[in-house]
Amino acid sequence: MNLEFSEDQQFVQQTARDFLTKHAGLDICRGVLESADAALDPALWKGAAEMGWLGAVIPEEHGGAGLGYLELVLIAEEIGRSLAPIPFSSSVALCTEAILAYGSDAQKQQWLPRLAAGDAIGTFALAEGPGETDADSVTVRFADGKLRGTKLPVLDGEAVGVAVVVAQGERGPVLALVDLGAAGVTRTRITSFDPSRSLAKIEFEDTPAERLGAADGGAERVAALLDRAAVVIGFEQLGGATRAMELTREFALGRYAFGRPIASFQAIKHRFADLYAKIEIARSNGYYAAWALSSGSDELPLAACSFRAAASDAFETAAQEMIQIYGGVGFTWEYDCHLFYRRARWLAASIGSASAWRDMLVTRLVARQGDGSSPHDD
Amino acid sequence: MDFNDTPQEAAFRTKARAWLAQHVKPRDPDAIAANVLGERESAEVIQQAKDWQTLKFDEGWACLTWPKEYGGQGLGRLEAVVWGQEEARFDTPPNIYSIGHGMLGPTIMAHGSDEQKAKYLRDMARGQVVWCQLFSEPDAGSDLAGLRTSAVRDGSDWVLNGQKIWSTGAHFSDWGMIVTRSDPNAAKHAGLTYFIVDMRAKGIEIRPIKQINGGQGFNEVFFSDVRVPDANRLGGVGDGWRVAITTLMNERVAIGAGGGAGRFRDLLKLAQQARRNGRPAIEDSAVRQKLADFYIKSKGLQFTSYRTLSALSRGATPGPEGSIGKAIGAPMGQEMAHFALELQGAMGGADDGGVVPQEALWQGMYLGTPGLRIAGGTDEILKNIIAERVLRLPPEIRVDKDKPFREIPTGSVK
Ligand SMILES: Cc1cc2nc3c(=O)[nH]c(=O)nc-3n(C[C@H](O)[C@H](O)[C@H](O)COP(=O)(O)OP(=O)(O)OC[C@H]3O[C@@H](n4cnc5c(N)ncnc54)[C@H](O)[C@@H]3O)c2cc1C
Repeated sequence: MNLEFSEDQQFVQQTARDFLTKHAGLDICRGVLESADAALDPALWKGAAEMGWLGAVIPEEHGGAGLGYLELVLIAEEIGRSLAPIPFSSSVALCTEAILAYGSDAQKQQWLPRLAAGDAIGTFALAEGPGETDADSVTVRFADGKLRGTKLPVLDGEAVGVAVVVAQGERGPVLALVDLGAAGVTRTRITSFDPSRSLAKIEFEDTPAERLGAADGGAERVAALLDRAAVVIGFEQLGGATRAMELTREFALGRYAFGRPIASFQAIKHRFADLYAKIEIARSNGYYAAWALSSGSDELPLAACSFRAAASDAFETAAQEMIQIYGGVGFTWEYDCHLFYRRARWLAASIGSASAWRDMLVTRLVARQGDGSSPHDD
Repeated sequence: MDFNDTPQEAAFRTKARAWLAQHVKPRDPDAIAANVLGERESAEVIQQAKDWQTLKFDEGWACLTWPKEYGGQGLGRLEAVVWGQEEARFDTPPNIYSIGHGMLGPTIMAHGSDEQKAKYLRDMARGQVVWCQLFSEPDAGSDLAGLRTSAVRDGSDWVLNGQKIWSTGAHFSDWGMIVTRSDPNAAKHAGLTYFIVDMRAKGIEIRPIKQINGGQGFNEVFFSDVRVPDANRLGGVGDGWRVAITTLMNERVAIGAGGGAGRFRDLLKLAQQARRNGRPAIEDSAVRQKLADFYIKSKGLQFTSYRTLSALSRGATPGPEGSIGKAIGAPMGQEMAHFALELQGAMGGADDGGVVPQEALWQGMYLGTPGLRIAGGTDEILKNIIAERVLRLPPEIRVDKDKPFREIPTGSVK
């Protein structure tokens, strides 16, 4: 057992932090959030591509950096810390992953180099309105190479040019790869809870699309893809939670009431202790999940559920506590607390709610009972 | 980053398992009571526990992380984890050494003289002698430095007078480690001195205390003119607080998550057996949410402790991060037990192992876990530690610093 990231991995993380400290201050997030039409910060997206982050796990033959998932999650953590207004999770953790895992050689050839370079921005479209949409119950149809139906909301839907769509095929759910520039696509902007990460409604009317992967087994492929994405997105959430706590700590040390820093009040200190513990619990689950993802372990399905639920809760709690501990200024547009509050909600909503992941965790735990326990049980 | 055994760890695991299989029976994984110390064990069980320890000592499996010269094996913390996992698969006598081996031994190693290390550690590892911790007093629990058991120098001895309380296992212990007030005119934390005492010394009286669960694991210990040779002083005169901190830091690591974290499998089984709304309770969404939360926290605690051990194995000393395990684990144990009793419906008000599911495991836990939230640092004290020592938030505003100890107000409601 060795629960440290290697020196090389830590170097990748530090480089990412340095870059984002310089190029992705919270004003950059705010810029996109306050702009009437921006769906991302183009300069930052270009920078992320140049840093090699968008193609981090894409093999070199397809224009990527050929790094591993342990590097990728650390990059995601830094992106989360900075609240970078870029569609990293959608394009890298979801769309690119789907093509890497299920794409034909031709599809990989066509899309991976462009995704790595940031010239194509991708997303994954599962949701169809309120509630949890599961693969088996989607209504968007894919037949004869054409998509028909409506996806709502589509993650980063205003920023993206290509989507992996979960649709109903002839033999159950399938993944369909669609160029959103094609004919028969109507895209409508949806007001996002976090306008630094856009959302859209996308209607397909006999839109040409290609199947990604086989004609059956789609539900399993969706589940496996979401497990993998949950680990990467979980690190983004972990980064956001940690940064929110750090900023709140700085604030509490500097803000005085009753003649002393508010950070000296026990009620406030205990909130910090609880939050710290919550984040550490998420982080430890995250390291396990990252190891499972990077090593191809059978533990991934359980680890992903645990981590995703813990990371969503940790980031949302951190953002809630942030506003509470800042007091009145925390409720103003001018202060940055709401940037965290909004991003935490957006990410938590993005690939299934924390409670949906918890429910799935129990399903998987019960299924697992029969074939013995984890090698890492107590 | 690798959660699997290294080749050395895997080899060690195989060796450990083979040795265990030669000497003890494997434990039935579905058995409820497992290797836990009951309340007020019989002399016979205590002797079995001692003999098991001595066998391990003789064959090279005791106090794995201690240096060889002190009776250990000079192995790393992670090997000790592997050993712990393997030993838990077997039906062994209860562990009566968590205070001695987990807290007091490391304190002697850190602060003892060469003679003291040579005199005590090897015997402690061998296990025919048992040690207890004499820290808390009626008026000094969380505020340990408020203790008033006095130590007065008399020639080459010290004379101890006063009372300790909540001393776990004092009734079957041979040695104790005690913090005393040697100078009531010094400031609170400056006037303390730490000793090793022979529990059979003249003037020591031990009275059991009955707990809320009916057990009697801890005791009151009275000291009346007990003579302790100066050779038994651990650390300098007036330096007792620093020595005590070493014990407490090791205590949090030794206690760890405790309670609930290892019981998730039993809870899952109960949720499958119990019924709610005419269906197995596990189909109820509220039940599922709670189960998932407990699992996530249990795993998070387990991996957090592995992270700590992984850091310690590279030479770090136990720090305040170790407090998380107990800060979360102890209240979670109580919540899990309470939830399990809720699942039992009307039977959740019974406490009869003959009719209650899982041999009344959860009833026992619900009566036992309140103690875990208090022993070794209460929930509140642990949160203070996390806030102040990990997150570096300002300490409490204090009214008892920089005053002679005798001028500090005190009070307690009986
Ligand atoms: C099962 C068990 C086994 C034990 N074994 C041993 C042993 O072997 N040896 C030994 O020496 N002791 C032992 N103890 C004693 C234990 O360490 C003390 O009980 C504990 O430190 C609390 O002290 P107290 O009981 O005096 O409560 P108090 O310190 O009086 O606390 C009462 C309440 O006040 C709160 N409180 C106190 N100070 C603060 C503060 N600064 N901020 C916020 N809240 C505060 C506490 O959290 C608690 O809720 C044991 C206790 C138990 C329950």
